[in-house]
Amino acid sequence: MKRSSDEGIVISPIKNGTVIDHITPGEGLTVIRILGIQDGTNVTFTVATNVVSSRGGRKDMVKIENRELVKSEVDKLALIAPDAKISIIRDSKVVEKKSVEVPTDITGVIKCPNPNCITNTREPAESRFTFHSRGFRCCYCDTVISREMDIGDYI
Amino acid sequence: MTHDQKNILSVRDMDREEIDALLTAAAKFDQKKFTGHELEGKILAVLFFEPSTRTRMSFASAMMRLGGKILNLGSVEASSIAKGETLSDTIRVISGYADAIVLRHPKEGAARLASEVASVPVINGGDGAGQHPSQTLLDLFTIRKSMKLENIDIGLQGDLRYGRTVHSLAAALTKYDDIRLHTIAPEGLDLPSHLKQDLTDAGMEIIVHENIEETIPELDVLYVTRLQRERFPDPAAFASFAATYRVTPELLEMAKPSMIVLHPLPRVDEIDPAVDKMPCAKYFQQAHYGVPIRMAMLNEVMRS
Repeated sequence: MKRSSDEGIVISPIKNGTVIDHITPGEGLTVIRILGIQDGTNVTFTVATNVVSSRGGRKDMVKIENRELVKSEVDKLALIAPDAKISIIRDSKVVEKKSVEVPTDITGVIKCPNPNCITNTREPAESRFTFHSRGFRCCYCDTVISREMDIGDYI
Repeated sequence: MTHDQKNILSVRDMDREEIDALLTAAAKFDQKKFTGHELEGKILAVLFFEPSTRTRMSFASAMMRLGGKILNLGSVEASSIAKGETLSDTIRVISGYADAIVLRHPKEGAARLASEVASVPVINGGDGAGQHPSQTLLDLFTIRKSMKLENIDIGLQGDLRYGRTVHSLAAALTKYDDIRLHTIAPEGLDLPSHLKQDLTDAGMEIIVHENIEETIPELDVLYVTRLQRERFPDPAAFASFAATYRVTPELLEMAKPSMIVLHPLPRVDEIDPAVDKMPCAKYFQQAHYGVPIRMAMLNEVMRS
């Protein structure tokens, strides 16, 4: 058992799985939601929110047992937690550490907020967004989801 | 989409050289420098899912002037779309019937989707509140007929929030040097903030004005758009704004002699008919330029 001296939160270490650290404060549950492990699954996970970060400030943290994230999940994660650090745990050891990187092109992940966009119809069209300095732009209708908006609402 | 298929979907996709090449080609067509056989044996499929007069007829006219033929979808009600066929399937099928497709559709991004499934070039004839590249090109062409497309002041007046012609034109103007944009719009109908940001990111200067009188002496172009009643809280508010934003001969006395007035049409009350006879009134000429511009577009996608 590991005890955070700052918070008094008890976080159990995991034997196998994934630890996602340095998540933007308040986004921990969104991470769980976009990874599809919130409801109706038998995945064991732990969310710690508003933990004091060693880097200063606060952070959320997620531990998922017996599951390693695939690239498409890491890409999704990058959209809402661009500073996140991912650790893969096997036999209680960290075997891999990686940062997330926001992809330039994001396909089939973000739902366009424009109700009149062709991707929000019966057409067999996957949403496609490009990432640029001001946020995410729909490749079909040019709608921009700016950095001020909560991208988690559209995933 | 085939590897070398050339589409015209949005001015955003085009660089200045491509735009200028189309404007130069249109100038030749406008001067009747063509044989009428350029697109002989070619068929243009015209798929309009929304009402249109100018765009539909000028594309048809352009195709016929170049010796090509038109294949019309006709009414949506009489087509397989009424049975629930998707746009993607319709486009795939029509690709086998024609050498190019011009599409107007109520959903933004429809033309881009069409280009991804089509095996022939696709031209966007306007999609929802999104892009309308042929209108933008003819607007640029009309300006270029009167002045150089550089170091000029362009006023945009009317519904700048929802007007797609204004959005497309403003985006295209960022590709030219030293264009200053002056906006004159009722509260709540100014340019969308994301578009303003795009324009300023591209280095364009935008000056917002309370009224047209304060800026008209410095304008080289006044681009007027229609105010739509449904955008206003009540008829009184609309009537008040419509009177404030009306272009009259008296107002134009304050303008430079070389200033031109444009309007994408249809107009309602925003330009006094007495202006029509003034030398600065270029909006009907602007509509006529739709044919040479669309001839250039059709020639570009079907002969390249």
